[in-house]
Amino acid sequence: MQTVHDKGARREIKVVQRVLKVNERMAEENRRRFAEKGVFVVNVMSSPGSGKTATLQKTLARLMPEVRAAVIVGDVSTTHDADRLAVTGAPVVQVNTDAFGGDCHLAAHVIEKAADDLDLEAIELLIVENVGNLVCPAEFDIGEDARVVVLSVTEGEDKPVKYPTMFRTCDAAILNKIDLLPHLDYDKEQAVAYIRQVNPAMPVFEISARTGAGMDAWIGWLREKIKSKLKAKS
Amino acid sequence: MHEMGIALQIIEIATASIPPELGPQKVEKVNLKIGKLAAVVPDSLRFCFEIASRETPLAGAELAIEETPVVARCKACNERWTIDEPAFSCRGCGSGSLEILSGRELDIVSIEILQEGEDADGPR
Ligand SMILES: Nc1nc2c(ncn2[C@@H]2O[C@H](COP(=O)(O)OP(=O)(O)OP(=O)(O)O)[C@@H](O)[C@H]2O)c(=O)[nH]1
Ligand SMILES: [Mg+2]
Ligand SMILES: [Zn+2]
Repeated sequence: MQTVHDKGARREIKVVQRVLKVNERMAEENRRRFAEKGVFVVNVMSSPGSGKTATLQKTLARLMPEVRAAVIVGDVSTTHDADRLAVTGAPVVQVNTDAFGGDCHLAAHVIEKAADDLDLEAIELLIVENVGNLVCPAEFDIGEDARVVVLSVTEGEDKPVKYPTMFRTCDAAILNKIDLLPHLDYDKEQAVAYIRQVNPAMPVFEISARTGAGMDAWIGWLREKIKSKLKAKS
Repeated sequence: MHEMGIALQIIEIATASIPPELGPQKVEKVNLKIGKLAAVVPDSLRFCFEIASRETPLAGAELAIEETPVVARCKACNERWTIDEPAFSCRGCGSGSLEILSGRELDIVSIEILQEGEDADGPR
């Protein structure tokens, strides 16, 4: 729909459209496709090196084989993460990030293509490890059911207030590398308070992907989500 | 960091919005609404847009960006206010259950073109 206004010699043409509507439409299509198969999709995001891959390795080891899972991993230039994740036995699709527009996030069309390489009938959990970045992935819906942000105790406590959009749009936060706490002067209560300031209702799971500490609550949360998604299908 | 992709989308939408009956047109201005919570840096978007719009009907067009504030409504007490810092609890009752009414926009509102033969400044 377009209306035209005269503004002297200038003519203003109303457009009123979301700039990212193409991505949003594609994300909705992905969401429909995953729902049809009863696949729960979780989009895992963090700064570079917060421990997404390590957390997912441990997570898959705990869930499989009862939960049949697959992973899509966005890695800028190497296959290291894909190799580490493949060790778990889960099918792993490695995607290179958008050639045009940079390496800063996974977009919905990238996930659509990557999902073609997976047998969606054979899984109930699809994990997407997004590109290490706290800004851009927050803006791009990929058709996920839940967004999880990983934060590690080697980063600043104030990350949540510096990147509020990311922390607002996530459904759960993982505070990783708690095994290192004795060696740091990290103020964990302050970090959790900042998370709550931005997203008061969000669950925060304190874990160590190295030792496996604290994994139970996180795994329990994830299992619950997978179960309700399967139930919604049948 | 993804401003180039955003710029390309703007060019695509704006070009498609030129009424075809007008024939080839040059877009003078694009009016955008960008929320404070949108992950877009205006200066970086302008830079990318200038490069990406070369040899398109948007070459040289101005990007007019209206930055929209973050406005929240409390689902518990219905309080409405503008959030100036990253604190998302109700300033009235303290509830954390908020609806964000604005602040996430990334919209193209309108484009402006010069009407044929009425360009007072003449050809540039
Ligand atoms: N001590 C400790 N180290 C950890 C923990 N989790 C991850 N690491 C280490 O932190 C580094 C980064 O971990 P990754 O799992 O590769 O992090 P990532 O978020 O996947 O990184 P990118 O994909 O590059 O963004 C590795 O050297 C891990 O061994 C943890 O719980 N404790
Ligand atoms: Mg990784
Ligand atoms: Zn309130």
